[in-house]
Amino acid sequence: MFDVSDNVQKINLINRRLFIITAAKIIVFFGLSSRLFSLQVKQNNKYLTLSDKNRIREWKLHPVRGEFKDYYGNVIAGNNEVYQLHVIPEQVEDFRYIALRLKNILNLSEKEFQKIFKKKKEIKSWETIVVSDNLSWEQFSRVNNYLHDLVGVKTVLSISRIYPFNENYTHVLGYVSQANEKDIINNEFIKEKFVPGIRVGKTGLEKAFENTLLGENDIQRFEVNAYGRKISQLEYQKGEKGKTLRLTIDTEVQKLANELLKDQAGSICVMDIYSGDVIAMHSSPSFDPNLFVFGISKDDWQLIRNDPMKPLVNKTLQGNYSPGSTIKPIVALSALENGIINTNFTINCRGHKHPLELYGQTYHCWKKEGHGFMNLRNAMKQSCDIYFYEIARKLGVDKLSETAKKFGLGKEVFGDLFSIEKKGLIPNTQWKKNALGQGWLLGETVITGIGQGYIQTTPIQLCLMIAQIGNGGHKIYPKIVVNEKDHIAPPDKFMPLFVNSKNIKIVQDAMFASTNEVRGTSYKSRIDDKKYQFAGKTGTAQVKKITEKDRELDLKTFEIPYEERDHALYVAYGPYKNPRYATSIIVEHGGSGSSTAAPMAKKLFKLIIDRHALRETIKENKYWDI
Amino acid sequence: MLQSKFSHSLTLFQKIKNYDFILLMSILILGIISIFTMYSTDGGEVLFHTKSHFIKFAIFFPMMIILSFINIKYWHAGSYLFYLIILSLLIWVSLYGVKASGSRRWIDLYFLNLQPSELMKIAVILCLAKFFHRIRTSNTNAFSSILISVTIIIVPTILVITQPDLGTSILISFSGLIILWFSGLKIKYFIYSFLIFITSLPFVISFLKPYQKLRILTFLNPEKDPLGSGYQIIQSKIAVGSGGLTGKGFLKGTQSYLDFLPEKHTDFIFTLFSEEFGFVGSMLLLILYSIIIYRIIRTGLISRSFFSRLFCFGFSFAIFLYVATNMSMVLGLLPIVGSPLPVMSYGGSSLLATMIGFSIVLSASINHNQNIS
Repeated sequence: MFDVSDNVQKINLINRRLFIITAAKIIVFFGLSSRLFSLQVKQNNKYLTLSDKNRIREWKLHPVRGEFKDYYGNVIAGNNEVYQLHVIPEQVEDFRYIALRLKNILNLSEKEFQKIFKKKKEIKSWETIVVSDNLSWEQFSRVNNYLHDLVGVKTVLSISRIYPFNENYTHVLGYVSQANEKDIINNEFIKEKFVPGIRVGKTGLEKAFENTLLGENDIQRFEVNAYGRKISQLEYQKGEKGKTLRLTIDTEVQKLANELLKDQAGSICVMDIYSGDVIAMHSSPSFDPNLFVFGISKDDWQLIRNDPMKPLVNKTLQGNYSPGSTIKPIVALSALENGIINTNFTINCRGHKHPLELYGQTYHCWKKEGHGFMNLRNAMKQSCDIYFYEIARKLGVDKLSETAKKFGLGKEVFGDLFSIEKKGLIPNTQWKKNALGQGWLLGETVITGIGQGYIQTTPIQLCLMIAQIGNGGHKIYPKIVVNEKDHIAPPDKFMPLFVNSKNIKIVQDAMFASTNEVRGTSYKSRIDDKKYQFAGKTGTAQVKKITEKDRELDLKTFEIPYEERDHALYVAYGPYKNPRYATSIIVEHGGSGSSTAAPMAKKLFKLIIDRHALRETIKENKYWDI
Repeated sequence: MLQSKFSHSLTLFQKIKNYDFILLMSILILGIISIFTMYSTDGGEVLFHTKSHFIKFAIFFPMMIILSFINIKYWHAGSYLFYLIILSLLIWVSLYGVKASGSRRWIDLYFLNLQPSELMKIAVILCLAKFFHRIRTSNTNAFSSILISVTIIIVPTILVITQPDLGTSILISFSGLIILWFSGLKIKYFIYSFLIFITSLPFVISFLKPYQKLRILTFLNPEKDPLGSGYQIIQSKIAVGSGGLTGKGFLKGTQSYLDFLPEKHTDFIFTLFSEEFGFVGSMLLLILYSIIIYRIIRTGLISRSFFSRLFCFGFSFAIFLYVATNMSMVLGLLPIVGSPLPVMSYGGSSLLATMIGFSIVLSASINHNQNIS
């Protein structure tokens, strides 16, 4: 049997050790309790948020893009309802069979067919494959016929961009297309609202007003499980449609501009000379922006890209052209303003046999026989080059550039609205020194006087220039969007750009003569009716230097290769009494301004002035400009 | 000797009078809670886990009651045999066991897969309790007794480690060591071995499998790889933390319902319980376990035999250890080692072992006045 004392000793030992262990247990359980308390009570909010983050997923849906309307409220870039075809692989029993069926029903190409399988690999089985973005009505009805035995396939109503006037507004509005990586990186708004397949503006106003147009995403909140599968929809938050923008452009005038330049490269813009409203702005040739909405086909893209007339270039804003004789009103004005000449100043133009000679270089007038004795009015009317050589020489390029810049040349007309807009170039002695590191030559001043040489202008700049001459020499700010946000008239709007208003009158009168008097360069394009009568100045910009041989040959326009033909230009404002509108026209390689560009102005003014009354009614009702 | 063995035979009435109904009821409540929790892990449907767990509990609970009427002396007599059977099963497992998810732990018994390492947790306590039952206090610290007792612990531990199953082997060795502690092994030996363990830790770590090392690193900083190795512990903490004071409600635990919780049937079942019943529920569960542990200790205290006493204290510590390890693990206080929550976690072998342990305790409480020679 056991020793009693040993038993007692043993029991005491066990109990002592039990006491220590029990104390340890209590401490540990207390520790566990306080951990539970800290997690569940003290940090409950933190973990509750984390738990919700775990289980709630947001799905952003396509925002509805704002529309564009013309001045009269016609939709020029709208939203079209399109039918998309979706397939959810998980719900499909035999994916290959369904894909084959769809291929037959929709007449898909082999490439598109393979694309479905490629897409399937990239997504989870319960996500959606968009088989077609834009079902034609025929495809849609055929799919609907078979829908009952195509399980997992559904047609979904969606919204896409449509440009009802096709190529008419391409360069003004630009176009939308699928957002690429660059768009997302460069624009925070797009990044925030991005959903796969979102269309964003690539050029033009679609791009410039991207943030206003985008709109807010609809948001669906789903409860998801750990694998991201949707369990139930918790909430549907309706987004707001993007803002609709109204342009100052008149679709009828815009369409006419497109028609006039059909099959030719060039640009036409029309502007209200008081408000600065751009009434038409067209660059030709154009292309159909609808092609880009669902991704342009390779063939179409090659056709547009390789067109020698460069449809992708917005010539109105991006085209840097020598202004040619259209700069003469500014040269004349500058000479008058600086007191170099008066109206009686006369030069004898003696034809090609007696050109202006300067340091061994000769400078010819365009007219072989010469104009004879010319005063300012006649020189402008007949566009005598010798006269303008002479006054430019007397004036100097620095004073000339000062006046030109005052009238809006040499800087972007729309500021930073269009990222693509070019500044043009108004040279002066300082510029040449900085840019080319050479001194200015007098001969360069002489040719600047007829708009050749370094000087370059964009069609929209010429339009602004002539509008400001037409309105009596007052500064205006061109605009193209009516309800542009926070549009407040700048303080220097309508500020006089002249020293003496008489000088503007003299130039205006000379331009009137050029169009409406016999021997005027655009006399053939005049309208005698006072209601439509306009005043303009032709221009013919040389593309290449005229050699002695060319001068001897004296070829007709159609005998010269296309790329070497002169650009035809015309700037005008009208009606002459109570002027309201200005236009600048340029036809690339169109020959002379008087034969090609000026007749277009005639048709334009007829339409613009006919529509003036209608435009005024809208102005009174809806549009006010402080 | 023979006389004394049978002098304590009790009538049925005495047995029922001695029966620890508080412990019995606590186990029953725990079992019911576990079935409902299992029902929740199945997403509010009676699916495989719920059915299986219910059937197992429905079999093992009556079995426990029946076994508890076996006199404690038979448990005492069969201790070594029990240990040797389980040990041979372990050896069998290491040779012919069923392999699942990279470790060889199970014996295929055709109707169920038995995991002998779980039973070894009880067997090692039984065996050592019997061993020290006979040994006098003065001999406890003798070299031979230390050597034998340590061998009893080391052999199964090594067998289980090589399965590999680090969690269970740690629990087995701790269950054994606690008997050494109660039997009066000098405290300095514990301190020495602890110091040796600490100093050899770098050496031990170098022997760990890469996934085990990763678990330790993850424990130290779970946010380092939130979707990979840190996923379990982060999601577990989110589930527990989002439960709040009163929980999200029965069957409304979003973390588990939406499958964010891994291993929610087994090791992480407390997480689900805690998410659905909150701080209040968790504390009640902890109190229930405390009551069970207390009742086992009390049985030990009133027992006359050292065997019962040692077994009860050892088993109470084992239960405590399982609960503490499991909860610390899911609450991010310990690295993740596989350790089930007694009764609550899904797993037949673990439930069987626990129930056998309870039945021995209940038997000890019926026969608390009985001395074992």
